[in-house]
Amino acid sequence: MIGIVVVSHSEKIAQGVVELCSQMGRENIKIEAAGGTGDGRIGTDAMKIMEAIKRADNGDGVLVLVDMGSAVMSTEVALELLDEDLRNKVLIADAPIVEGSIGAVVQASMGSSLEEVKSVAEQSKSMIKVKE
Amino acid sequence: MITRDLLVEILKNVADTIKENKELLTDLDAAIGDADHGINMNKGFKTVSEKLDTVKDKDCGTILKTVAMTLISTVGGASGPLYGTAFLKASMAVNGKMELDNEDIIKMFDEAIKGIVMRGKAQRGEKTMLDALIPAYEALKGSLEKGDDLSEAFIEAADAAKEGVEYTKTIKATKGRASYLGDRSIGHQDPGATSSYLILRTVANTLNQQED
Ligand SMILES: Nc1ncnc2c1ncn2[C@@H]1O[C@H](COP(=O)(O)OP(=O)(O)OP(=O)(O)O)[C@@H](O)[C@H]1O
Ligand SMILES: [Mg+2]
Repeated sequence: MIGIVVVSHSEKIAQGVVELCSQMGRENIKIEAAGGTGDGRIGTDAMKIMEAIKRADNGDGVLVLVDMGSAVMSTEVALELLDEDLRNKVLIADAPIVEGSIGAVVQASMGSSLEEVKSVAEQSKSMIKVKE
Repeated sequence: MITRDLLVEILKNVADTIKENKELLTDLDAAIGDADHGINMNKGFKTVSEKLDTVKDKDCGTILKTVAMTLISTVGGASGPLYGTAFLKASMAVNGKMELDNEDIIKMFDEAIKGIVMRGKAQRGEKTMLDALIPAYEALKGSLEKGDDLSEAFIEAADAAKEGVEYTKTIKATKGRASYLGDRSIGHQDPGATSSYLILRTVANTLNQQED
């Protein structure tokens, strides 16, 4: 089963997205929040992200969803700090964190591969919410 | 030549400079970003200053790597992974060395800039720290190549960085938070370019104090 990590500048946003996803009733999926800095400021923290990735992995790999700016850079640093074994099983999704995480969790719970989960998360980019 | 002890002194002075300019950097970031660059940098370099005491007897590579890891884990904003990667790449260029000669310093600076480009995917002219660092690197290299000593070369580097900071006022941000402002970022100087300038000026000042 693929694990999911939600990275946001805000601890509350990251936890909120995790909460939202848990409601999908996919208890078999590990979904971890990595929001804010180690000392509670708004920001991102590569160490926190690295720990969340380790917690989320149960052997099959982890998809990371990120908000903007340094969230991507800190996640890339976190990947570089991971052991190669795990690093090779982690991908960053180019997707919005709320919609992307929901899609990823549902797909992961069906036992899909990392690439499939990533692709579903990224499809949320082109989702039309309001039809004119 | 920069000895290990001088390197530690430079880094401590950088931490002091960042502390003194914490509000300036935050105010600059308030104009075009999220008003945290001074807070982020001060958090990082204050922790660096404390950590330095635990590694000051080690080689230059280890010292710089400690700076890198500290910035990566404490800064919080884009400047954390960016400066963190810069110091990490610089540290790898001087692994095990107890002192740094001119060649080492050029190599470190070059690697640091490459690290920032790799991490942030920005180029010169996008209103980032690179607009201070790249001209500073070129000035430093040029100065050393024409035979100036290191303290003189860092004055030229800091002067070039300062010009780079001025240049950031004239262009629009296309990377980082400030890019959300588009054309409205024009007229403001980039906070990251400013912190890069302050770091280089501190290196220059420390080297020149050594000589008197
Ligand atoms: N992609 C990038 N490449 C190079 N430098 C960048 C990049 N993005 C931002 N910067 C630099 O970082 C500075 C801002 O640093 P700061 O610590 O305030 O991070 P931030 O923008 O608040 O981070 P975040 O992405 O978390 O919002 C900018 O002034 C700019 O010089
Ligand atoms: Mg900022």
